[in-house]
Amino acid sequence: MPARDLISTAIRNRRETGQPALIAYITAGFPKKEGFIRQLNAVGAVADVVEVGVPFTDPMADGTTIQRSSRAALEQGVSLRWILQELTRAEVKPRAPLLLMSYLNPLLAYGIDKLPEDAAGAGISGFIVPDLPFEESHELRNALDARGLALVQFVTPVTPTERMQMLTEGSGGFIYAVTMTGTTGKNVAVPEEVLEYFDRVKKLSPVPVCAGFGIRSREQVQRLAPFIDGAIVGSALVEVLERGDDPAQFLRSLRE
Amino acid sequence: MKHSLSKSEQQALIANVQQDAYPDERGRFGPFGGRYIPETLVPALDRLQVGVDRYLRDPDFLREFHDELHNWVGRATPLTFARTLSEKWGAEIWLKREDLAHTGAHKINNSIGQVLLAKKLGAKRVIAETGAGQHGVASAAACARLGMPCTVYMGSVDMERQAPNVGRMKLLGATVVPVTSGDKTLRAAVDEALRDWVSDPNGTYYCLGSAIGPHPYPYIVRELQSVIGREARVQILERTGKLPDLVVACVGGGSNAIGMFHPFVKDKDVQMLGLEAGGSGSGLGQNAASIAYGTPGVLQGCFSLLLQDENGQIQETHSVSAGLDYPGVGPEHALLASIDRVKYEAVNDDDALAALAECCAAEGILPAIESSHALAGAKRYALANPGKRILIALSGRGDKDMPTLQRTLLKDVL
Repeated sequence: MPARDLISTAIRNRRETGQPALIAYITAGFPKKEGFIRQLNAVGAVADVVEVGVPFTDPMADGTTIQRSSRAALEQGVSLRWILQELTRAEVKPRAPLLLMSYLNPLLAYGIDKLPEDAAGAGISGFIVPDLPFEESHELRNALDARGLALVQFVTPVTPTERMQMLTEGSGGFIYAVTMTGTTGKNVAVPEEVLEYFDRVKKLSPVPVCAGFGIRSREQVQRLAPFIDGAIVGSALVEVLERGDDPAQFLRSLRE
Repeated sequence: MKHSLSKSEQQALIANVQQDAYPDERGRFGPFGGRYIPETLVPALDRLQVGVDRYLRDPDFLREFHDELHNWVGRATPLTFARTLSEKWGAEIWLKREDLAHTGAHKINNSIGQVLLAKKLGAKRVIAETGAGQHGVASAAACARLGMPCTVYMGSVDMERQAPNVGRMKLLGATVVPVTSGDKTLRAAVDEALRDWVSDPNGTYYCLGSAIGPHPYPYIVRELQSVIGREARVQILERTGKLPDLVVACVGGGSNAIGMFHPFVKDKDVQMLGLEAGGSGSGLGQNAASIAYGTPGVLQGCFSLLLQDENGQIQETHSVSAGLDYPGVGPEHALLASIDRVKYEAVNDDDALAALAECCAAEGILPAIESSHALAGAKRYALANPGKRILIALSGRGDKDMPTLQRTLLKDVL
């Protein structure tokens, strides 16, 4: 099975148990560079898919929490090269498929020519690139596709239906359905019109639909559950790590 | 996305530039430009594009725009023959006086145009970023003039070094939001403005101040700022009967420079020189000269030349001038540099400050520190190439720089 299908399969398998899948985001090397693989395994033991964040100096789609964790990781010298080396070298890795979440510039600096092979070698199944809209993504998408890696697309509440169709059809692994306009990390009330939006995405999408931005509590996950295949938890999990609390326990609390 | 060009590719780019073919329909200036933004902003940029296509060349819109430029901004700005500098530098020095435009810099040309556009597009509020504070002041003034609420994002470091402008923005009715994330200067202010815009893409108009960012901003800013070069070209022909040998402007993001250069691009005998902030040296972090020392990459919506490390992380910059303190440059400048149509060089802090002092004493004009980079570059060229006719974009006045000048030039005087 190509790596990208591992992602959709993991999400669907969980969905079949009656629960939405959990996709957990961590910033690589946060809070401590030394703890990266241990952290990854702790999170990956509970989550169905793990997003490994490549820190960037200018995370324009992210709120204050991920700005902070990115800066802390950069200050310790975390880079894409280091992340891929650590993953390649790691003796124990989670069974959950891994995604790299990175802004475009670190990927360009690494080199689009060698990125897919090195990422596949490190056990990565796909990529999320928040500042790469579909129209600009051909070069990266083709390169990843050749190695069976997914490139996840986003839809948002302001995406017109025609465009939504193009994005859901062009997305690999799952479609990242942003819960609201805005940056990551805020709390989302999940009003009625948001549910209607998820319903629209679900009807159009050939790939699993995962909701992200502002998901912090079991109540939110439950309210969204009938409309989605998975929930993406980022800033809230990073805050747990920041406090030194147990990430696995937090993730379980979203599910129980 | 490759950037090393073959001879034939370069010839094709040159031909396209001569035919004014950029940006193309994908928002590209040759290999540079494009639209690298979160999905949430795609519909907003699509709407902006529709607005640009509908209004920017529309006679009614242009009539309204030029009426504001003439009766409110005070255009055309004068072209001043700099008698004493000409004598000292062995050249014919002409200054295009954007310092005499309303609010004290060229930024107002773009702000009044974009806020007019925002009204046409039905926006409820305008946001802007600012470095030196000039674009913030211009946007605040344009919003007051046209009755739009205005929020300006400004790095906390810049708020300190350009304190007089913070007060001006507040008087003009704008809300000034200090940005304490990232490098606390212009780049962080752009990031924060983008985050605001992502939160309300339908009701908010982002009035970007430089020729940077996602398409169509570099195009909008060029179109609105080209009034500088168009006026200057007519004025110098009227006064001398000839075109200049060299046109000079300072380049941070590059808005006054593209406005000055663009109307001269097709004049094959006119050479052009852009001056970047050379700061205190050529090392990473010591300057803000993205063309001189940068490499290709994507920052804040476009593919251009950036100051970055080998991992693609954007570097913090240094310049004595807040308005040039930016680690990237507009995509059209990256193109003009790649085909050698414009030469770009760096001017360091000390030379810029010395040129500022020289202009004050010789011509009775206090230029902005940004503009003083252009003066210093022109001087260097004039001394090496005697007898040339040089047209300099004096992009703004230096009153806002008094806190910095007190700490530098005036340190030993007072």
